[in-house]
Amino acid sequence: MYNETVMDHFMNPRNVGEMTDPDGVGEVGNPVCGDIMKIFLRIRDGRVEDATFMTFGCGAAIASSSMATELIRGKTLEEAWEITNTAVAGALQGLPPQKLHCSVLAEEGIHAAINDYRKKQRLEPWAETARAAHEEEAGGDAE
Amino acid sequence: MKKLVYMDHAATTPVKSEVLDAMLPYFSEQFGNPSSLYALARVSKEAVENARAQVASAIGASPDEIFFTAGGSESDNWAIKGTAFANRKKGDHIITSAIEHHAVLHTCAYLETQGFSVTYLPVDRYGLVSPKDVEEAITDRTILVTVMAANNEIGTVQPIREIGRITRERGVPFHTDAVQAIGAVQIDVTEDAIDMLSLSGHKFYGPKGIGALYVRKGIRLGNLVHGGGQERRRRAGTENIPGIVGLGKAIEMATADIPGHTAKIAAMRDRLCAGILDAVPDTLLNGHPTLRLPNNINVSFRYIEGESILLMLDAHGICASTGSACSSASLEPSHVLLAVGLPHETAHGSLRLTLGDLNADGDVDYVLDVLPKVVERLRSMSPLYAARKGGV
Repeated sequence: MYNETVMDHFMNPRNVGEMTDPDGVGEVGNPVCGDIMKIFLRIRDGRVEDATFMTFGCGAAIASSSMATELIRGKTLEEAWEITNTAVAGALQGLPPQKLHCSVLAEEGIHAAINDYRKKQRLEPWAETARAAHEEEAGGDAE
Repeated sequence: MKKLVYMDHAATTPVKSEVLDAMLPYFSEQFGNPSSLYALARVSKEAVENARAQVASAIGASPDEIFFTAGGSESDNWAIKGTAFANRKKGDHIITSAIEHHAVLHTCAYLETQGFSVTYLPVDRYGLVSPKDVEEAITDRTILVTVMAANNEIGTVQPIREIGRITRERGVPFHTDAVQAIGAVQIDVTEDAIDMLSLSGHKFYGPKGIGALYVRKGIRLGNLVHGGGQERRRRAGTENIPGIVGLGKAIEMATADIPGHTAKIAAMRDRLCAGILDAVPDTLLNGHPTLRLPNNINVSFRYIEGESILLMLDAHGICASTGSACSSASLEPSHVLLAVGLPHETAHGSLRLTLGDLNADGDVDYVLDVLPKVVERLRSMSPLYAARKGGV
């Protein structure tokens, strides 16, 4: 049911593990739904120096976490914020339709972790405003 | 060749070579239509009647009470809809359980849209239906009680004989879905006071796409499939002769020595189950400790999700199944696991292993080697497991 890229990121997930003293942590999902994703960030000079994850969930949830952390490493916080669910699913060469919510969870996890960092820095959290515009843009890229 | 350990016998089984051999002549050589008059057709007719006798004898019925269908789902649909529509003037109430197969539950839900009312009896934490609940649910409007003989997910074997006696006494027809029970549990439709029984060939080493419905003489049952006069005008359609022959041979073999055959499977199952519970902490056995199918293991590994377990087991060549929402198209966790009272997160971490003729002792050792490592690996990624360790 999954393609080779998804299976690779599931069987050999990148960046798994809890981070000690992270600068930002985001936890999203719900055990009732069967997915919980926790993203840890280390931030240096406005860039994601390191990103790791811990995930309870299906193959797609673990693969999406792995790919999402790969995509944001080395990016500025602004760039990381722009990584959408479509970008995560696209980088995984596609997910089955009923599993797209796993990539949405990854986007939400990144946003939660970035805003956790911003709150700790006493900065205003970023709002999820321009979401639709992002999706359009990333959707175009993924095609 | 890649190692393959098949532990999903409740999903389906391979056709036994003796069964296949019995079927083969009926594809290209003895291909006659039993409804025709010439000698060639008589061979097909005799093959069908021989298989009917084999099925009847396996469950203590008489051959003219056996009707061939396309499988368990058709048999369930026929028994339930056929009874409901034939007894509409008598009543409109059906009693079933919360843990039936979807072929029963969705048929009941359909009948609710047609003006019938359905009582879904709850089960206890082991998945048992209480005969007393059945008795108390019967009203003067009740036209059918349908309770499965054994559950396909957690393997709980229901007290169908007690339910049968109650329904017989109250004059309400009793149907049982015995798709998982044939060959695993001794069933005698007379002793058990069963009025209708569904069975399916591919669950006991017969072919797919063939099943049967037992209908006790005198039971009012409308037709589901209308058309020609086959099956004594009860079920239209040219007979699936190879399938019927295969079903007959398979059920004869599956019920020839139930205690001997199941003892062997249960011994492997018990060793595997004890080994898993011993090796993996935070694991719960789902279903009844003793009143369960001899081949069934259903466990929940806390803090992890079932689809990931299946994918990792598959990478090691192990075939199993789960009640997790993430593996279902509906994204709903198993209704059976929820009905026995599991919280959603525990239902998500369920794994079903069902053993059978394809397994040997070496398979038990192999799964006991691989499975604990898979669970450990997934737990090492799980924030719930980390929180539980850190939170103690």
